[in-house]
Formats: sequence, structure tokens, C-alpha cells
Amino acid sequence: MSAPFVCAIPMEELVGGRGRVLDDAITMAHGGGGKAMRDLIQDVILGAFDHPLLAPLEDQAVISLRELAANGDRLAFTTDTFVVHPLFFPGGDIGKLAINGTVNDLAMSGARPIYLSCGLVVEEGLPVETLRRVTRGMREAADLAGVAVVTGDTKVVERGAADKLFINTTGIGVVPVGIRISAARAQAGDKVIINGSIGDHGCAILLARHELALDSDLESDCRPLADLVRTMLAICPDIHCLRDATRGGLATILNEFAQSSRVAIRLDETALPLREEVRGLCEILGLDPLYLANEGKLAAIVPPESADALIAAMRAHPAGREAAIVGDVRESPAGVVLLKTGFGGARIVDLLVGEQLPRIC
Amino acid sequence: MRFIDEFRDPVRAQILVREIARLTGQIARAHRGPLQIMEVCGGHTHSIFRYGLKKLLPPEVEFVHGPGCPVCVLPMGRVDDCIALAEQPGVIFTTFGDAMRVPGSKKSLLQAKAAGADVRMVYSPLDALTLARENPRREVVFFGLGFETTMPSTAMTLRAAKRDGIRNFSLFCNHITIIPTIKAILDSPDLHLDGFLGPGHVSLVIGTHPYEFIARHYGKPIVIAGFEPLDLLQSLWMALRQLAEGRAVVENQYGRVVPEEGNREALAVVNEVFELREFFEWRGLGSIDHSGVRIRSAFAEFDAERRFAVPNLKIADPKSCQCGEVLKGVIKPRECKVFGTACTPETPLGALMVSSEGACAAYYNFGRIDLTELSERRADA
Repeated sequence: MSAPFVCAIPMEELVGGRGRVLDDAITMAHGGGGKAMRDLIQDVILGAFDHPLLAPLEDQAVISLRELAANGDRLAFTTDTFVVHPLFFPGGDIGKLAINGTVNDLAMSGARPIYLSCGLVVEEGLPVETLRRVTRGMREAADLAGVAVVTGDTKVVERGAADKLFINTTGIGVVPVGIRISAARAQAGDKVIINGSIGDHGCAILLARHELALDSDLESDCRPLADLVRTMLAICPDIHCLRDATRGGLATILNEFAQSSRVAIRLDETALPLREEVRGLCEILGLDPLYLANEGKLAAIVPPESADALIAAMRAHPAGREAAIVGDVRESPAGVVLLKTGFGGARIVDLLVGEQLPRIC
Repeated sequence: MRFIDEFRDPVRAQILVREIARLTGQIARAHRGPLQIMEVCGGHTHSIFRYGLKKLLPPEVEFVHGPGCPVCVLPMGRVDDCIALAEQPGVIFTTFGDAMRVPGSKKSLLQAKAAGADVRMVYSPLDALTLARENPRREVVFFGLGFETTMPSTAMTLRAAKRDGIRNFSLFCNHITIIPTIKAILDSPDLHLDGFLGPGHVSLVIGTHPYEFIARHYGKPIVIAGFEPLDLLQSLWMALRQLAEGRAVVENQYGRVVPEEGNREALAVVNEVFELREFFEWRGLGSIDHSGVRIRSAFAEFDAERRFAVPNLKIADPKSCQCGEVLKGVIKPRECKVFGTACTPETPLGALMVSSEGACAAYYNFGRIDLTELSERRADA
């Protein structure tokens, strides 16, 4: 079943293969290590990710340290696995998520993302065209984010052992000298900044499952944030905390900041950018947008004197047009996120216990 | 957002808050102890916490969080029955989302799902019926729960199933009815309620007349209330105004949604499909006469309790659990011996800690830390 696409098969044999998958659907043969697998790699993998470091098809990509060191003094290294239903949704798909997710995790350290790996777990029966569409989309997303996929692995599993397609991406990037971003650096007086509306991705996925019989033009916010972070660091190299608000939403990462830094974070509900569609869906289902997933949103804790300049620079960037200051940091109660409601009250924004479940009435 | 923001206007709220303070001052002089108003519905409890209403009110006014969270009052034995049904071979067990986490005596539906039972979350009973159509070889069971609010949609679904001759669909009926429960609370000797905020969405179905006994026989004001913060403040003000004037009647604050007569079509389909049970077991409150409904014999083929062997065991609430006293307003969630220690949203002992509408979960999530400091700073700003 194992079928690493960076494998020991000599290049000439690969070139000598058919080079294209003619079947309509992936079968166990495509993971079997034989010709079918070579065709799959040639067609679906090399066809999309063509790159000098990948082309030799060794068991690993070999990267020059000198080239990396030109970008900074520390390596950032992260991994993430992507499982999403449905595979394609308005505003993105699993491949685009897999590239942007890892790019963004690297970028949140201030790193410049450089190389990615791509591990595919494919359920037999998946249409080959679906896989082609996903890997081509990944290439586009990688180009847009300025990264390259240089190594990887493909496994085919029996029907039912995976849900259509799972993707793992691992990434490396380089952190520029002097950047020191950490969840533990928030301090009283700091401002909380986000780069735009929250909950778009979570709602887009809910709607794309077509279980709600609701229609909307809402799209996932899935996008790379590395360039936005570069812009922000140019204005304020001393950003204290930075994270992308993916699973668990804005509430979850702000709780992480509050707990790691032993501070209180106070959010202002009226300052939170929120699309009408998202708000409406949340009203109907009894969900809280603060806990909905995002795939192109970050929250930063920054020194107060830099906040306005940061907002101005972010708003001039395509990934930050709706950037806003949404709260501030206080000494107490330490470890807690509070929300000042638009109505004039206040409440605690705690970590979720499990999944957010719609309410009965 | 239209029709939402109007009901969350902080300026209008201030006007109501001032009037509430004035009335409270007037009543409190002749009143022993705090003024206790029970909001019957879990949706109200949720709003009170979500908008921080308590902080806006005079200390003499206390909200007592009533039994109107259908997930919270579900006894453990019924959850066990759900799991027994879900674990039957060939069954797809469908449920509303927030019932998934309610603890049974051994596990929750969420845990049963992880262990291999086919448990699926639906948004409407009609979704469950669709699943039955799409899976003719499986038995689809819908876990029907809730008060009169959700009863009509379940009844309509059974009517549709019968019309279309669907043979692989059934209902595990746990629908309950609010009026006998309010009566049971009023008859409870350890109670000192001064008035009620009536459940808005239940009343949309049953209308305002069924509450008249509360005013007539028990001399307590009741105001049918909406769910937005201004609805709640206005309803509270209306209830206090009755107390100040020495009146006790049924008033309808939620007139934009609740007709006096209720919804006749909804009531008709409910009566066609359901009949009262002699009694039904409530978590924390025990057995209450005529407080639940079951499926009429004309729809017996869709009754999961007749179709499958349901264990129907009575499981006593954990001894340390004081959900019943909280539900009756005898103690506040914070005064429960296990609140926030043995019983938290992560490890709920009592059901009040499970649903976000449960009084204890609301207290835990939104009210654990004293927010006075924050409020004062806001007043300065």
C-alpha cells in the first residue's frame, strides 16, 4: 500500500512509463509501487509540483543551508493534517487549505515560509480528476504564497479506511534576525488586532454541506498570510503575539494568549468585523462566531503605540482590508478573555468544551 | 441587522433599567426578601447571561432559572434508552445537536457514536425522515425532545411519514409539556417566587390562555417574554409593574410573535399525533403527572418504544447533584455543593451543566468571575 512518491525508482524508468493515469478512479494498484503508481506520480504529483528539488525523485529533498541562512537565523518547522468535508467548498478546497494552513502556521512566527512537503492519503475510488484538481490547486496556492512543494508521499487505502482524501503538509521557513513572537509576551496596555471578518470559513463549510437548506454567497476566507505578516513586521518588528485563528476560532487563540501571558484580554463586541451572513447563520443556529473556524485570519497582540500604524498598513494589503483593533490587554483577571457586549454587559469567553453544537430552540 | 439590533439597543435598555429600579424601590419597601422572578425558558436564561443583564438590575431583583431547557430536564434513564436504541444493529439514530453531550448513566450519545453507533446530528425531524427515505434498508430513529415549541414539527413529520408510507422511520418520543411543570413548581412548599416570565416560543404554539391559572389561582403575575435583551427587560418591568399595582394577570410582551389563541394548526397536528402520558420523569424534579406526551395508537407504527425493546430503566440522579433545587430556584447554581468542582461543562454530573441553556453551564461560562470591575470602568468611560 505504501507508495512514496519521492522513491527509489530510477528516473529513466519513470520517464519510460505512460506518464498519465488513464483510469477514472484511484485503485489499490495506484499505491502498489508498480507502473500504475509511477503513472500516478508522474501525472498527478510531478504534473502539479514540478520543481528542481523534487524532480530527482530521491527519498528526500536536499536543501542548501546557505540558501536558508540568507533569510534569517532560525528555522521554523511545522506540520498540519487536513481533513475536510466536502473536499471542495466556496472559496477553496482541501488542497488550498493544506498549503495555506501550513504557510500560515510558519508565518505566525514571523518566518518566511520556503519549502513544504505533501503527504496524501487517498481512499480507493476517488476520481483521478479530483486528485488532479486538488494538486493543481495546491500548486497555484503554493505559487501565490511563494513556497514550493519539494517532497512527499502518497498512500492509497481501502474504501472506508479514509474519507476520500486526507492531506498532510509539513513546512519549513526561516525567522528573520530579531523577531521574537510568542504567545507568552502579551502585556497590560497592548492592543488586540485582527485582519478582518471572523467565522467566514466555518459558515462556508456548514453551508457547503447543504444540510441547512440555506443559500448564501459566503466564501471561505482561505488565503496565505505570510506577506501580510511581512508587511506588519516592517511597520512593527516588536509584535508580541501572533496566531492564525483556525479551528476553535478567535476565542481559542485569545484564550491561549491570555493563559500563556497571564493577562486578561478584553474584547469589544462592537469592534469585531462580522459579515451579515455569518451573523445571521449564528443567530439561527445559536452558534457563537468567536468559535467558528477561519482560514485567513490572524490575531496580533501589539504595543499600543504601533497599533494605528499597523492597522493603516494592513488595510492597504489585500489580506487585511478590514483590519481592526478589537480589544486590549489588562492585568486582571489573569488568564481570562472577556467580551464587552454591544448591549452594555460583559461576559467571559471561555474555551469550548468540545465541538460547538447547534441549540435545540 | 434588522429586527435584531432594534431589540439590543443599549440606550433604550437604560430607560427600562431606570424604570425597573424605580418600581423595585416602590415594591421592596413592602416586601420581605429579594424579588424572585422565574424565567421559565432556557432560552431566556441564555440571553440573561449572554447580555449580562443581571449587572444592569437592582440587587433586590433575582432571576430564578426555571425548568425550560428540554435537554437539561431529561432523566439519565432516557439517555440510556437513546443509547440502547442507537446501538441496535441497522439503526441510524438522529438527534438535535445539544442532546449529544448529555450524560447517561454510562455514556453520552457522543461517546456511543465514537464506540461505533451510527448517531447523526440533524437540524429538523424532516431531515431524519429524508435519511429514512435515502436508507430504505436501515431503521432511522428520531430522538424527539422539547416542549410545545418542537412538538408540531415532530408531529408534522409523523404525519408525512404516514402519508408517504415510510416503514423504516420511528420516533423516540420525549416531548414534554410546560404547564403541569409550572404547576408542580408552584405547589412546591419551599418556593417563594413573586412572578414569572413565560416562555415565548412555547406560547407561540399554545397561546396565552393556558397560563391564566397562575394569575387566578396562585395570584402571581406572568408575562410572556421574547428572547432579546430588551424583550426581557421590558417583560421584567411589566411583571414588576403588576406587583407594584397589586395585580396578577397574564400579559403578553412578545405580541409580535405570540397570538393570544396560539397556533391552531400546530395544536391540531399535535393533538392528532400525541396524547398525554399519565406521568413523565424529569431530571431533578421527579415524576410529574401529565407532563409528557406519547404517540397515539393511530401512529403506533412510528413509535420507537413499541418497535424496539427500550430498557426504560429508572436511574436515580447522582446523590451530590442538586439540579432539582436549582431548577426550583431554591438554590443558585453557585450554591450547589459540586458546582465548578465535581460538576463542570467538561465533566457534567447534572444536566444543567450540559446544555448552553442550562442554568449551571450559563453561570459557569458567563458568570464565574465577578465582572463588577469591568462594569465600573464602563460606567466611567
